[in-house]
Amino acid sequence: MKMEEFNNRNVADNGYFMVDIEDYPTDGWGKFKRVVKRTFRGELFVGLWVVLREMIRFDIHTIQYPQEKMPIGPRYRAVHEMKRLWESDAERCIGCGLCEKICISDCIRMDTKIDEHSRKEVSEYTINLGRCIFCGYCAEVCPELAITHGGEYENGSEQREHFIMYEDMLTPLDKMKAGTQMEFEGFGAITPHEDERVQKTPLSY
Amino acid sequence: MDTAYLIETIIKVVVILLVFSALAGIGTYFERKILAFMQRRLGPMNVGPFGLLQVGADGIKLFTKEDIIPTNVVARIFKIAPVITAATAFMAAAAIPFLPQFTLFGYTVHPIVADINIGLLYVLGVMAIGLFGPLLGGMASANKFALLSAARAAAVFISYEVVTGLAALAPIMMVGSLSLIDFNNYQADGITSWIVWSQPVAFILFWIAAFAETGRTPFHLIANDHEIIDGFGTEYSGMRWGLFFIGEYANMFFISFVIPIIFLGGFGDGSVLGAFALLGKMAFFFFFFLWTRAAWPDVRPDQLMWLCWKVLMPIAVINVVITGFVMMF
Repeated sequence: MKMEEFNNRNVADNGYFMVDIEDYPTDGWGKFKRVVKRTFRGELFVGLWVVLREMIRFDIHTIQYPQEKMPIGPRYRAVHEMKRLWESDAERCIGCGLCEKICISDCIRMDTKIDEHSRKEVSEYTINLGRCIFCGYCAEVCPELAITHGGEYENGSEQREHFIMYEDMLTPLDKMKAGTQMEFEGFGAITPHEDERVQKTPLSY
Repeated sequence: MDTAYLIETIIKVVVILLVFSALAGIGTYFERKILAFMQRRLGPMNVGPFGLLQVGADGIKLFTKEDIIPTNVVARIFKIAPVITAATAFMAAAAIPFLPQFTLFGYTVHPIVADINIGLLYVLGVMAIGLFGPLLGGMASANKFALLSAARAAAVFISYEVVTGLAALAPIMMVGSLSLIDFNNYQADGITSWIVWSQPVAFILFWIAAFAETGRTPFHLIANDHEIIDGFGTEYSGMRWGLFFIGEYANMFFISFVIPIIFLGGFGDGSVLGAFALLGKMAFFFFFFLWTRAAWPDVRPDQLMWLCWKVLMPIAVINVVITGFVMMF
């Protein structure tokens, strides 16, 4: 879309048209005629027929929630998940701290240490779901696609803090072994055909 | 007055009370289901098969709720108002023949509590007294919205009493009696003898007024739905509110009996087929109450008054006059 079209706010030319409404009657005889016309036009029966038709057609749209569920979009942003690497089943999180840095409601805290292989390891990772606004910035900023949003929206507990155990967020190992870890397709995820779009880093600045 | 008659009457009263209290409950079930189907929903589904036991669940809820009398209300009037609504609704049933007479174990039963010779007048009069339920309840509630609604309800009920009375007057002139049994017998010669063919205008007017008398949807503005409150019932809870509810639904059932008996032949010649025909007609009119609720919007109070006094009442008067002239010549 060109900018001219975008800036054209004259909606009158874009397929809008005036609805043909008669002038309201001002004199008594006109009002009387309008009443008679409306009375015998049978509009009320149109309404009756519409609802009866729907009842006969019986096209029920109810989802009986606890038994049936709507599929939710892959971009849905519910309670966070921590992913594992497909290759090694190790945690993806490298402890870079970007999610902690970008979190606008300041609800992510992490602590890291150097483990015995001289690698950075995440020792503590908490998300305060009482503060989290599920904006998705952490998932977007994560360079390793490690922290993502999940689709689990049925949370019940006595305290919100119960949802944020790091072990609960982390993909379980048996799920990993079964190869059923779901990749997040929302913010920051790799889009389809990403390989074709990869370009060499220009070095000729 | 012998003992057998007394016992028979008491049994009839108890049966009518029980049947129509239960019907009022089942009526709420039908209302929810039919409204739901018309709006592509399922309605109550979880309590019992297809939600059939929802009525029982609601009953338990209403009965076990705390009976709250708010501060500043006029407690005695506040307490008695729902009873007036429910009681007058059931009292009106005394003069309505629900079925043709039948013989049970060699004993002829007349399914009407009292075949008084002013039957129709009695039914309409007692239903009109039902006005005091909403009126007193709203006025005693110490709630301005309830008060508004009470005033509105009084205006609607009183206005439409006029239309009901004038619309019923023309059939009364034709039949020459106020007893609903006489109305039925007048139309017993099959479908061509129904009063609706000679009094179509009165039939339509009476039907429209029935919606106002029961406060159903095109004229449901007495409940102030747009103010997200329940009109005169705003301050009520528990079983007192339930009595308003039972009264409203019992009224709907009784008026659904009265319309076919006056205009559509009632139970006809009194055969079993006629009895089922009456029940079928009653079911249609009850269904129509729910149907309009799904389809039509409410009218404004001023439109309601305009409709009553400037349209329906003149038409009713003209109808009575024309009927009189036709009968005279």
